[in-house]
Amino acid sequence: MVNDILNKISLSVQTFRTHRLRSFLTALGIIIGVSTVIAILSLIEGLNRSVAEQIQSIGSDLVFLSKSPIVMAGPQNIEEIANRPDLTPDDALAISELPSVEIAIPDISQRLNKLKYRDKEIANVRIRGTTEKFSSVNNRFIESGRDFTKDDVTHRRSLCAIGSYVAKNLFPDESPVGKELNVRGHRIKIIGVYREKGAFLGQSMDNMLVIPYTFYEKVYPSRGESVFERAFFGYSIDIKPKKGQVERVTDEVRELMRRRHRLPFDKKDDFELGTQQMLMEIYQNITRVGFIAIVAIAAISLVVGGIGIMNIMLVSVAERTREIGIRKAVGASNQNILSQFLVESVFLALIGGVIGIMLGLLLAWLISVVSPLKASVSFWMVLLGFGFSAAVGIFFGIYPARRAAGLNPIEALRYE
Amino acid sequence: MRVLNSDESRTGTIMTRGRETICRALDIHKTYWRGKVAVQALRGVTLEIRTNDYISIMGASGSGKSTLIHILSCLDTPTKGEYFLEDKLVSSYTDMELANARNMFFGFVFQSFSLLPRLTAIDNVALPLVYAGVKKRDRNQRSAEILEKIGLGDRINHRPNEMSGGECQRVAIARALVNTPKVIFADEPTGNLDSKTGSEIMDIFDRIVEEGNTVVMVTHDSNVASHAKRIVRLKDGLIDGE
Ligand SMILES: Nc1ncnc2c1ncn2[C@@H]1O[C@H](COP(=O)(O)OP(=O)(O)OP(=O)(O)O)[C@@H](O)[C@H]1O
Ligand SMILES: [Mg+2]
Repeated sequence: MVNDILNKISLSVQTFRTHRLRSFLTALGIIIGVSTVIAILSLIEGLNRSVAEQIQSIGSDLVFLSKSPIVMAGPQNIEEIANRPDLTPDDALAISELPSVEIAIPDISQRLNKLKYRDKEIANVRIRGTTEKFSSVNNRFIESGRDFTKDDVTHRRSLCAIGSYVAKNLFPDESPVGKELNVRGHRIKIIGVYREKGAFLGQSMDNMLVIPYTFYEKVYPSRGESVFERAFFGYSIDIKPKKGQVERVTDEVRELMRRRHRLPFDKKDDFELGTQQMLMEIYQNITRVGFIAIVAIAAISLVVGGIGIMNIMLVSVAERTREIGIRKAVGASNQNILSQFLVESVFLALIGGVIGIMLGLLLAWLISVVSPLKASVSFWMVLLGFGFSAAVGIFFGIYPARRAAGLNPIEALRYE
Repeated sequence: MRVLNSDESRTGTIMTRGRETICRALDIHKTYWRGKVAVQALRGVTLEIRTNDYISIMGASGSGKSTLIHILSCLDTPTKGEYFLEDKLVSSYTDMELANARNMFFGFVFQSFSLLPRLTAIDNVALPLVYAGVKKRDRNQRSAEILEKIGLGDRINHRPNEMSGGECQRVAIARALVNTPKVIFADEPTGNLDSKTGSEIMDIFDRIVEEGNTVVMVTHDSNVASHAKRIVRLKDGLIDGE
């Protein structure tokens, strides 16, 4: 049996050798299909992995309360959102009293177009106003200097802790602790530097400046009155539930906030509650769309490749009609002929598959070298590549093989 | 049955006493359809082949000689009539059993040499053994032995296009012999060869029969036919005499 298969494989190798170019062109569809799939799968996998890591590093069970939806899904009435009541630090205080809540902090932020220190400058720094509990809610650690204290917040001290990106770029050769930054005319003293956290969905989480929210209100005394500003620039509240209480937290917070906003029971919430789990799901939905697109592309190119294989196998059957007749005359059964041609088409498809896998890995590697995307290759992708090409070989090889097997030996022998 | 009786009364007493019957064809018909026109290639042929027979089938072109030995060698099936292989009815054979019969029971030598062009002489000879499931080493050994015996020991690794017609036909004979079949069929094996090479080939067949094999051969040539011990004449799809 093994002997038999080896025989057929060596026959296939021979055919492949005699028709090198033709075989390669035939396998091209499969090569393209498999390599795209492998490359993109490994990129998605790489992205997934880093997102999962990042979400875990943020703390996996935070609950967010905000005025506007965390992710705008579909058309939303911005006017309606703008007219909702703002969330306030008092809300955070009330929430932190709830039985299932461990910590709740107000969180407000803006993007600074530019931040300068002497001749150095960085762009797009996120400035965040919050409380001394920010680090423990967000799994942040101070690497040098100190964290905020309750006093800093109550006394509206003009102090900040900075992300590692800010530290590296504004203070490449010195310690930032003790230095002063200038934001909108306010001099803010750096008290600490957070440990690096990496990027989330391609955005650095270390390009930020954290200050007491009390002081933030001094830096940004008014938020602006445009619909957009009213809808999106305000406090949100980060809530850390007690262990295993995420579900209860959302219920309790919803109830509390409806009460505080005096909503009658027939009105919808005028705030948004989100969990990290939801963020993850949203992200996964996004990648799933990409994934489905890939699967579609792959399916199309594999079908095209498969038809190519079928075509070439039909040509091969016609060319070798006499050979089939001779083989049958000396005792090959229909089964023998069938499996010979099937092995050949699978072999052809697998050659495409192997080249495709290698090309795909190369592609993924190249992309992760020249772009910030990271590729992650797993064994199952390689198996998938093999499996798919073999399946294409079988599926599209079966018809030509059956045609070969069904030939009448005498007619086949007479064929010129 | 009619023909069988007369056949037995004649050859049975003279030369086939004590020899077992390998194949028995009873009232074989073969009809081809060309569109709506029926071509009756065989119209009731009855024939027996016994161990160590040396039969020549002669007849005009189109008389059904090839059709007959294709059916006898299980390359084709009759439209009507019964064909027994060692008392088993061939029409009841599955595809697998037919392939097996072609592989183990019969060897076939065609007029045009019908070797696989990409294979060397030894691989061509070994082909039936591949389908018989013989191991590669044994295959090569047996094939080499037979090629040696047939005088092609120095052509083992030549491909068909590197050999003469006579040599190719000898390779084809070696292939027909390699799986020690019960009957070797040949359809005008000398038809494509000059007379000298043809008679060399005939010498090989004579020797094969001397060694105890059974040969059934189609030929136009009465010189060739004279090598045989039995001559069957076909005319318009019927046996016209022996
Ligand atoms: N596949 C076929 N389809 C239709 N008719 C066929 C087919 N094969 C053979 N015939 C017809 O059957 C008859 C017998 O053919 P066959 O080949 O047996 O003759 P033959 O005696 O071998 O002739 P030759 O000496 O020329 O080889 C002929 O009339 C031929 O035309
Ligand atoms: Mg003929």
